[in-house]
Amino acid sequence: MSASYAIRVHNLGKRYRLGARQKYGMFRDNLLQGAKALLSWPKHLGRRNKDNEANILWALRDLDFEIKPGDSVGIIGNNGAGKSTLLKILSRVTVPSQGYAHLRGRVGSLLEVGTGFHPELTGMENIYLNGAILGMRKVEIDRKLDEIIAFSEVEKFLQTPVKFYSSGMRVRLAFSVAAHLEPEILLVDEVLAVGDVAFQKKSISRMEQVARDGRTVLFVSHNMAAIRSLCKSGIFLSQGKLVYSGDVSSAVQIYLNSGVQEEQGGAKVVLKTRPTMPAQLVSVATKSIDGLIARKFPHENPFIVEIDFEIREKDTRSYLALNLYDQEGTLLINSLDFEGQNSFADYPEGRYKAQVQIPAALAPGSYSISVLMIRKGKKTQTLWDAAEEAIIIELIDAGSARSQIGLPWSGKLASLLGWKIEVAKE
Amino acid sequence: MNSTTEELKPEVFEMMIEPPGKWWQLRLKELWPFRELLYFLTWRELKVRYKQTALGVLWAVLQPLLIMVLFSVVFGRFANLPSDGFPYPIFTFAGLLPWQLFSRALSDASQSLVNNQQMVSKIYFPRIFLPMSNVLSSLVDFGVAFIILLVMMVSYEITPSWRMLVLPVFIVAAIACAMAAGLWLSAINVRYRDVKYITPFLVQLWLYATPVAYSSSLFPEKWRPLLGLNPMAGVIDGFRWALLGQEMTSNSLIFVSMFVTILFLVSGLIYFQNTEQTFADVI
Repeated sequence: MSASYAIRVHNLGKRYRLGARQKYGMFRDNLLQGAKALLSWPKHLGRRNKDNEANILWALRDLDFEIKPGDSVGIIGNNGAGKSTLLKILSRVTVPSQGYAHLRGRVGSLLEVGTGFHPELTGMENIYLNGAILGMRKVEIDRKLDEIIAFSEVEKFLQTPVKFYSSGMRVRLAFSVAAHLEPEILLVDEVLAVGDVAFQKKSISRMEQVARDGRTVLFVSHNMAAIRSLCKSGIFLSQGKLVYSGDVSSAVQIYLNSGVQEEQGGAKVVLKTRPTMPAQLVSVATKSIDGLIARKFPHENPFIVEIDFEIREKDTRSYLALNLYDQEGTLLINSLDFEGQNSFADYPEGRYKAQVQIPAALAPGSYSISVLMIRKGKKTQTLWDAAEEAIIIELIDAGSARSQIGLPWSGKLASLLGWKIEVAKE
Repeated sequence: MNSTTEELKPEVFEMMIEPPGKWWQLRLKELWPFRELLYFLTWRELKVRYKQTALGVLWAVLQPLLIMVLFSVVFGRFANLPSDGFPYPIFTFAGLLPWQLFSRALSDASQSLVNNQQMVSKIYFPRIFLPMSNVLSSLVDFGVAFIILLVMMVSYEITPSWRMLVLPVFIVAAIACAMAAGLWLSAINVRYRDVKYITPFLVQLWLYATPVAYSSSLFPEKWRPLLGLNPMAGVIDGFRWALLGQEMTSNSLIFVSMFVTILFLVSGLIYFQNTEQTFADVI
């Protein structure tokens, strides 16, 4: 009977009543509903559940899987696929509506860093408080205190109230406490995207170490590169259901391919009109060099990204950024619209169409394109609008010399370099 | 949420996560492994309470003292309310002491879940610790103010009797009342933020419905047990009986109060534990 699993999930489901998540419920509404129910009481007696069926959203449904002890599992899927709900159920923040999850081992969860930090308390006091909130015993914190402090790089300010910290310092301290949580089962939700690049690296390698230590780790992220480097297995969720559970590279592959079938053809994305926004993106599309909308191109040809956008007010100080990622989520290109002009210029009000030509330099494979519209502030940049991973393009090998002799592609760039070869003379 | 953390062998934990169980099951056993967190949350409340105030913990003394002065002038002097033969200031102070404990704990606890929204929606821990830590931390203010009461007793030459030994019973009753009200209000507050606006009004109303500024002997004897339906009435009568040596205005009042307190607390616990499971979804 002692099947070897650390986590078993059976028939797990979570149901939300639509509208129940609104932030401020009001007595008034309930009173009204109660009055209505009373008025129509004889008619609807016993039919209440049926009537509500349409208002129910299953964030997760019929989930079945097992995770072996010591495994590190990446949970992937689009926004709203149920990843966070799953973590919330496993960490007991919320209860399932059906089925069960059986966990063997102490569970620690990192759904957010710095939960419970109090601005009036000093760094040192917050270490203890936050540690206790995350489920650490006081003796455990005492024992790891030096490590936590060293990791955080804020030792000089430990006696200073956290309200005087910069946001970077606060995040570093918070992550350091969290990173020293050592339960048998660790649940992590996208918390690695904190701090500057150097600290992120440190955080990732700390997570890798935790995974190597033989702990069972569940890791939710949109960053495929991080998922691949941290996890051995992968679980792919879509619309609350399990699509695939198995080794990590297959899971990532299936996830990336699934994105393709979504929007009609997937080669053009029209964004929601938000008339109150001073500036917004209207649509993003990819076109072949002949001007046809498509998302598959021969890798030897350049292709075009067409961005429609609208500026409704003066002085929006907007600029566009185009990002191109490979399958692992590594950023290959980050290009800004004003770079060509060599200086920043504001757009007057109006509707615009931008065309960006991506040269034929990439190896065959899938790539995703994000377009961001950003306001250039004096000190900070704020986001007007974003079409993240809007389009996933595929570059196809249409008979390269390499494929003709059966060699696979390797490397990210596929520029044909100028090989100049001649017979060597003695 | 019928999940239990039990120790099978040393170091081996198992946990079953399932849909909610029966509504009447109180899962108090689950709280034990988290006891340190209760300590830390209470400690946080205390640390933060008087931060950036010039007078600090002196406020714990000043608040009841100022109300005492106010009551003595308005009710004792102008309205000439009877104080059963005791000097009005100490008579009202003995009532204000548990009342302050109760009202402070209630107002803080009712906001506790909403003020810690981030924690509630991101981390699992027994949510009951949030209102509980507020109730516990108001005990410290109570302790400080209690010293003032002792000083006053000496200056009014009131000698304590064996009845002082019974006082802890009434302190526990005051805590239970505050806890019960805190559980109800904080849980309702998660869904209906109206609680925030109702609470100050409720506290005010409750104060006048409780024999703090007046004595329950103001009422005809046969109606006094009814006064006990307000659980704080029994607490305050008990305080005056134990501290000042005032005769019980009505014995049945005390028992009615005790019974109502227990009912209030158990219903609060049940309501809290049943709504607790959806806090993270609704807050």
